[in-house]
Amino acid sequence: MSTQHSRSAARLMISPSVILLLAWMIIPLSLTLYFSFLRYNLLMPGANPFVGFENYTYFLTDPAFFSALTNTLVLVGGVLIITIVGGVLLALLLDQPMWGQGIVRILVIAPFFVMPTVSALVWKNMFMNPVNGLFAYMAKFLGLQPFDFLAHAPLASIILIVSWQWLPFATLILLTAMQSLDSERMEAAEMDGAGPLARFFYMVVPHLSRAITVVILIQTIFLLSVFAEILVTTNGGPGTSSTNLTYLVYAQSLLNFDVGGGSAGGVVAIILANIVAIFLMRMIGKNLDA
Amino acid sequence: MARAVTTNRKITMTVIAWSIGFLIFFPILWTVLTSFKSEAEAIASPPSFVFFDWTIENYGIVMERSNYFRFFMNSVVISVGSTLIGLIIAVPAAWSMAFVPGKGTKNILMWMLSTKMLPPVGVLIPIYLIFKNVGLLDTRTGLVIVLTLINLPIIIWMLYTYFKEIPVDILEAARMDGASLRNEIIYVLTPMAVPGIASTMLLNIILAWNEAFWTLNLTAANAAPLTAFIASYSSPEGLFYAKLSAASTMAIAPILIMGWFSQKQLVRGLTFGAVK
Repeated sequence: MSTQHSRSAARLMISPSVILLLAWMIIPLSLTLYFSFLRYNLLMPGANPFVGFENYTYFLTDPAFFSALTNTLVLVGGVLIITIVGGVLLALLLDQPMWGQGIVRILVIAPFFVMPTVSALVWKNMFMNPVNGLFAYMAKFLGLQPFDFLAHAPLASIILIVSWQWLPFATLILLTAMQSLDSERMEAAEMDGAGPLARFFYMVVPHLSRAITVVILIQTIFLLSVFAEILVTTNGGPGTSSTNLTYLVYAQSLLNFDVGGGSAGGVVAIILANIVAIFLMRMIGKNLDA
Repeated sequence: MARAVTTNRKITMTVIAWSIGFLIFFPILWTVLTSFKSEAEAIASPPSFVFFDWTIENYGIVMERSNYFRFFMNSVVISVGSTLIGLIIAVPAAWSMAFVPGKGTKNILMWMLSTKMLPPVGVLIPIYLIFKNVGLLDTRTGLVIVLTLINLPIIIWMLYTYFKEIPVDILEAARMDGASLRNEIIYVLTPMAVPGIASTMLLNIILAWNEAFWTLNLTAANAAPLTAFIASYSSPEGLFYAKLSAASTMAIAPILIMGWFSQKQLVRGLTFGAVK
């Protein structure tokens, strides 16, 4: 069906998408790269001299960068561990015969549809607030001292909030994968005397490995860019204790008006995201052949 | 051959699953409940779950005081607008890649996906400065443009995986029966493509509605959607729990309902077909 004629028509149909995405990639990226070599601050108008790698040296040697990098890794790693372990357990549970499975599923996936600013503020005020929050009430009820989550454990609190948002995603994908597991093979293994743990580690986990990889990669892409949750809960603080890379670049550029420094940070963020992206693309690319 | 499941086991699983489901859903439930309380009851100790004086005054106050309708309309225009424009651009592209695949099709698809991996913060400054210079900062148009572009790869990919499943044989059969290209598109292809387009649209509206990087950074007073409206409650105003809850409930209700309808497409759309 692919004649010469339909081929050129096809090219014509793809070109708007390709041109738009190309422009969206190339124009801002080259500007970011260009700005990152300039001394360019919006508060100091005038010439923006070329300064070579000065912005990079400044950004990479800033103690805030190191702590932001650590925080980014802890945030991404923490959320990944919680959502994948939780997701596997939840998917196993939801795969069991029960009454009202559809309703439970709806309850479990609901947090994914809550906008980030809402979930962050609801957790911050109504649960984690040390005076009126529900956690404070529970602590008092148990005779404990209320704990000021966002002041004393800001990063852990944000990890909790973000995990709540992403647990549904992991669960849903792992459940979808689990439902394609051949139940006859499972039963055969059981008849042969494989216990529940053996079946889990030798049959379920290998079957899920592909879905787990997809969850890790996709969540990482999104988690590297966590922003709104930090903005409305801690503003990156106290100090820089809950500042991730995205938030640091935002603060550098839109709060300090340092276009040059912010751009250098942006380039660093792009490089880090690309390392993850390469792995993800390989996975999906392989699937495209199959 | 499924074995008979013992009733005991089924009861246990039901109880555990419902409890955990309830626990995960609880923050949302609590928000909705609190939105119907008075401010005093919202911070009462011990907290009351159902036995309080139900009131809808918070909804009235939030709508009146903050011009809620305007934020809501901004959210609708931005999410629906960017989705529709995205579909108009994406349908032909996905269509031709699914039905007239060439040598480069796979590479184009992968490259499109790679643009999605660009961290937004890496291009924040240029976009901000360009928008400032051309007067697109804090406008609905500006946000529609950005959200269309960031979601375009997802739209194309989702459509592609759906179109790919339409059997080409049917087209040939229709052609053998003497259908013209026009009739082929109207009577054979469109009915089969509509469900995929509809699911893509639904998921994309959800993603755009909840997008909270660009909507927070590129808007101020005029074009701010609900994400930014809620973010304004991070000031001490957020300590008015009942009003925060009413505002939050109104911001998430429409999308929560749409989300429940699209849960199957979610897996497919967000994993780019890697998990089905």
